[in-house]
Amino acid sequence: MIIAQQKPVKDIAAMISDCNKVLFVGCAGCVTVCLAGGEKETEILASSLRIMRKLEHKPIETVTFTATRQCDPEYIVALDNMVQEVDAIVSLACGVGVQYLAERFKDKWVVPALDTKFIGGATEHGVWEEKCGLCGDCVLHLTGGICPIIRCSKSILNGPCGGSQYGKCEISKDVDCAWQLIYDRMTALGKLDKLMEIQPPKDWTKSRDGGPRRAVREDVMIG
Amino acid sequence: MRLQYASNVRIVEMPCSGTIDHRVILHAFEDGADGVFVAGCMEGDCHFLKGNIRGKKRVNHVKQILDEIGFGGERVEFFNLSAAQGQRFAEIVKEMTERIMKLGPNPLTSNPDGKEGGIA
Repeated sequence: MIIAQQKPVKDIAAMISDCNKVLFVGCAGCVTVCLAGGEKETEILASSLRIMRKLEHKPIETVTFTATRQCDPEYIVALDNMVQEVDAIVSLACGVGVQYLAERFKDKWVVPALDTKFIGGATEHGVWEEKCGLCGDCVLHLTGGICPIIRCSKSILNGPCGGSQYGKCEISKDVDCAWQLIYDRMTALGKLDKLMEIQPPKDWTKSRDGGPRRAVREDVMIG
Repeated sequence: MRLQYASNVRIVEMPCSGTIDHRVILHAFEDGADGVFVAGCMEGDCHFLKGNIRGKKRVNHVKQILDEIGFGGERVEFFNLSAAQGQRFAEIVKEMTERIMKLGPNPLTSNPDGKEGGIA
């Protein structure tokens, strides 16, 4: 899932400092799971900003709504009536949701409440780690299910490098060497011989070099 | 025990301090409470194992939010005491009431003489 974290409240307040009525839109997708922009976080942020603005003698009126997903047009249609009366929309979704709202409500000031961090998962309650580099050409079948693109600091395909020491990466003693993990896993699987195959330079044309990417499934397209 | 404690404390009963929600505390302040304290069981005595630990963490997070927005996190506190410690409850109410009296009324209330309230 997409992992995001809330911006400092003061930064969000500065974005809407000239607004009197603001719509706060949460997202029930990824950002709910990573506790950054779900229904609860949306209401906490709205309440915090109401208190903050009242202390500044510039009270603000808030409306809150949590969309099933902000990254699907059908779920933000429900906001059509709500946005009429507001001066701005604060989105508690990832960067995708913010852009969907900005695109649909062209005459409204739409601002992000979150910083979209990475694609990852929880390692324990309250801790999330980056797991996928979105390279567009998955190599996990070659590396024992451990991504060298994002988990190796150098994203090398034929590791480890000389900076791997005692299973840790040279950038920090707290960061595992992905290639050590790959080696250990392949050893356990009895597939160490696969690591002897030299991987050619990665084809990055499937990544970000061609601008924004598109995925199309013609069989499910309507019309 | 006929213990005396400040009459302006309002008690809100919850099934466990672990159910305390950020929003309940923030709304209490928006509604004019001068201070809020959450009374949880003694650490290690939670019927649900970690409810009071979680409640305390949540209260500490609310403190951070209140400090960040300039309201002041010292207006909210978490205390541990058992249901059998009536004496301690009265002491905590006194301690919290004195703290809030020093801080003054809720800065959000238009009436500066507004009564203070508490949540347990």
